[in-house]
Amino acid sequence: MAADYETGAELPELKVTPDRFLTVRYAGASGDFNPIHIDEEFAKSVGLPGRILHGLWSMAQVARAQTEAAGGPEKLKALSVQFRGMGVLEQEVVVTSTVKAVEDGTATVAAEARQGETRIVRNAVAQIALD
Amino acid sequence: MPVNTSAVGKQYPPVTYAVGREKVKEYASAVGETNPLHLDPAAARAAGYDDVVAPPMFAVVYQSQAVMPGIFDPEVGINFAMMVHSGQDFRWERVVVAGEELTTRAKVASIEEKGGMGFYDFEVVTQDAGGATVCTGIWKMIVRGV
Repeated sequence: MAADYETGAELPELKVTPDRFLTVRYAGASGDFNPIHIDEEFAKSVGLPGRILHGLWSMAQVARAQTEAAGGPEKLKALSVQFRGMGVLEQEVVVTSTVKAVEDGTATVAAEARQGETRIVRNAVAQIALD
Repeated sequence: MPVNTSAVGKQYPPVTYAVGREKVKEYASAVGETNPLHLDPAAARAAGYDDVVAPPMFAVVYQSQAVMPGIFDPEVGINFAMMVHSGQDFRWERVVVAGEELTTRAKVASIEEKGGMGFYDFEVVTQDAGGATVCTGIWKMIVRGV
């Protein structure tokens, strides 16, 4: 089931489009009720285009791309990311992942999540335990 | 104005978190997980787990309550209106399963100033009931215009 982890390999892309109520569900699930994610008027009042995605939801998509490629949640040993561009609702998120190194039973994977030309999670590095 | 680094090393009270089956399922659904390990107790048991398995990023749920007191600590001095969550690291020792009780401790790992911005890193360590570390997080905040 697991993808082939060879240096330079591209892992399967993950594509997901957050629906207009996604940030409300994620706020409840995560406990992060910052109004920039759930209140359209508030978000606009602080200069945002509208409600924006939670960065940690976007990071979870990067994590999900890794666990799905690797064949299970226990395979993901570490993940570090940077948040930069703002993620928005109702636009497809695409996670891409490339194997950078395979050593001592661990694969190092570089990944990012983007919406169109905007990278919403960048410089992601995952450590994957291989069987 | 330079950032105040006096809080570096400061620790916050431990926070216990009981991992619940329905909370794991709710979180897993919200992030789009379809793996039955996260959603179906029977599937999880068939795979050798006691109950549904929390997705790795569920660490956000059990660690955030421990790190918030640091982010809002006046001694740390973060201007919340100018703060952005700039980065996040997690390292997992093993997966967490519904029914476990976890204890999480947060401390101020570093405070630095570069280019008029303040960089605040919090180290957050979660242990299981036996005292073994299950997850370490580094929560990274940037404050503009310090």
